[in-house]
Amino acid sequence: MTSMAPGIDEVRARTFPFPRRHFLSAMDLNVVEANGLLDLADTFVDLNRQTSKKLDLLKGRTLMNLFFENSTRTQSSFELAGKRLGADTMNMSVKTSSVAKGETLIDTAVTLNAMRPDLLVIRHGSSGAAALLAQKVGCSVINAGDGQHEHPTQALLDALSMRRAFGHLAGLTVAICGDVMHSRVARSNVNLLNILGAEVRLVGPPTLMPAGAEHWGAKVFHDLEKGIAGADVVMMLRLQLERMQGALVPSTREYFRFWGLDREKLKAAADGVKVMHPGPMNRGVEIDSDVADDPAISLIQDQVEMGVAARMAVLASLSARLDNDR
Amino acid sequence: MSRARPFAFNNARLVDPESGYDGHGAVVVFEGVISDVSKGKDFSDLSDDVRVIDCNGGMLAPGLIDLRVKTGEPGFETKETLRSAAQAAAAGGVTTFVVQPDTLPVVDDPSVVDFIRRRAQDIEAAHILVAGAATKGLKGEQIAEIGLMQEAGCVYVTDGDRPIVDSKVMRRVMAYAATFGMAVAHRPLDPWLSKGAAATEGEFAARLGLPAGPVIAERIGLERDLALTELSRGRLLVDQITSAGALEALARGKARGVNVTATASINHLSFNELDIGDYRTFAKVDPPLRAEDDRQALIEGLASGLVDIIVSAHAPAQAEDKRLPFDEAAPGGVGLETLLPALLALYHDERVALIDLIRAVTLAPAQFLGLSTGRIASGAPADLVLCDLNAPVIIDADKLVSKSKNSPFDGRRLQGQVLMTVVGGRIVHRAE
Repeated sequence: MTSMAPGIDEVRARTFPFPRRHFLSAMDLNVVEANGLLDLADTFVDLNRQTSKKLDLLKGRTLMNLFFENSTRTQSSFELAGKRLGADTMNMSVKTSSVAKGETLIDTAVTLNAMRPDLLVIRHGSSGAAALLAQKVGCSVINAGDGQHEHPTQALLDALSMRRAFGHLAGLTVAICGDVMHSRVARSNVNLLNILGAEVRLVGPPTLMPAGAEHWGAKVFHDLEKGIAGADVVMMLRLQLERMQGALVPSTREYFRFWGLDREKLKAAADGVKVMHPGPMNRGVEIDSDVADDPAISLIQDQVEMGVAARMAVLASLSARLDNDR
Repeated sequence: MSRARPFAFNNARLVDPESGYDGHGAVVVFEGVISDVSKGKDFSDLSDDVRVIDCNGGMLAPGLIDLRVKTGEPGFETKETLRSAAQAAAAGGVTTFVVQPDTLPVVDDPSVVDFIRRRAQDIEAAHILVAGAATKGLKGEQIAEIGLMQEAGCVYVTDGDRPIVDSKVMRRVMAYAATFGMAVAHRPLDPWLSKGAAATEGEFAARLGLPAGPVIAERIGLERDLALTELSRGRLLVDQITSAGALEALARGKARGVNVTATASINHLSFNELDIGDYRTFAKVDPPLRAEDDRQALIEGLASGLVDIIVSAHAPAQAEDKRLPFDEAAPGGVGLETLLPALLALYHDERVALIDLIRAVTLAPAQFLGLSTGRIASGAPADLVLCDLNAPVIIDADKLVSKSKNSPFDGRRLQGQVLMTVVGGRIVHRAE
């Protein structure tokens, strides 16, 4: 097995053992843990590019995906990560009415816990849902997005993509642009990038900027070109369609005119700028296809690839903490 | 048992906000009333049939009057009944409380007022009074039968947690209630700015990703309510003021002579927004906890007399309604049993004088309701609380008398233990 996984043993021997049972928030990490996860993820990228991609680190373990919100890419990314590490994986999509949502969460948690999974990946529409679940179950819980709170594995894969593109993270200027208010991706990225020493900017109209964002360890801009001036990375956020109908921004075309990223506006950024997007994209709303599809500047496809590796790193690190004789 | 035989409290620290007295003293209780008060010294020449209770310097104050208590009766008896709430009140030194109209059915009809009053008659642990709905079904559309409810015994009207959105309805309710001399209790809140909010807007709530409303929504709501009170010549009870901005508006309103009385809840005097950290739903209250600056302003407002009355905002909720994601969890906390020790924290911290704290939970609400209680004077009803001011207590929610255990004070270390509660000359609670 080791021959198929170059470097993994060395990396695991070098890194500080991951001290947590759950992976709920990027804010929980310290710099050693964050770098350790990125180093481990790096080795999994190499593994994933080989013909034989399978390891047995999670052999005999059960990974459950519990998704209260639809997500094709995150769910399949976790599923693939689990399978490549040798775990048995299972997907549960829980369709719920908004009224019975909370009840279903606790009931489902208790039910699933009785099936003795080892790793539980949860996505839920309410902030704090993953933390609540973690209190109720005996296994490791991984937050795959809770309401408008955090999406820490997304931040990890973003950091991995940036580190591989630039060779380092400290000192990079990263502009996160768009609907920051409703974005768990933005929150997790601000937290993780602060830990890793990057300079973070938040850019968007005031109606999409959360109160007190200037105290998050980020500079706040309302003008896109000023916000991305000299930036090494421009990370565009998805604008939810239901938020475009006049309540928060007047229209799609006005949004694109002032906060959408196209090649012209991107000229304000640093030479060698990289463009990112957590997906799925609204082309022509927050980002122009011309920019998104240009392999010279877009990291968007890399992000998807890094997603599997980053999630493998999280699963592998948590599994080292699991009991063996439950 | 105690009604027939007189009894006396000797060696007490008497705190009576009506006379402004805070010092050594003694009290004799006979046939349900305070028959004699001695300030400065104990009674020494009492006849043999008087049972003497040595207070050991503990505080003897009028029983607490709590203007804002929710039970679950009728409709949600699993949360709290009138009886269980009364027992919790007795354990907390609260001798009179006013129940809120948001029950099932809603208290918007004289027959429901009458139902609660009849149930309350059989309960000796506390006096239970009833607040009626200001609008039918608490819907904020049509005026409830305020006059008939008053005849049935309702003491004020309110739509509870919901602000009356339509200003025209609010104006009419205030003007109409005024003809009966009824006060309207109203939550000061701009309903649009605060729609869907589970927390106070700011850096902290934004980090947690919680739906939040700006604190300024309270000031906007209060400014409107004060102006409408002036216009309608009504009488306003501000239901739980929480913010520095609203306190400034309140001060301006009072200076203009608006007929307004303001309450604050013990929760907002004791906690700030950081207490919801890690999505602690037991600290989710309505209105949401505010910034520390607001809490400090509230304490200053209490010390200066700008805030008139403290309420427990007792709101029982069962564990399954609290153990949910934060924005879905039920708001509110039980508070009858923790009101007094939590209030005493402000005395021990030397923030507010003891007599001012006691006034805000006794004489001030008594005067608001037109009751003869809330004071220690010859002839006043014998509703009393005896409290060891210095006894350390650790609040253990599981040991609360309330049927629901959702206390935001769980685990908190406080000073002050209720030793005895007397309602109408009858000892209804005695600490073990």
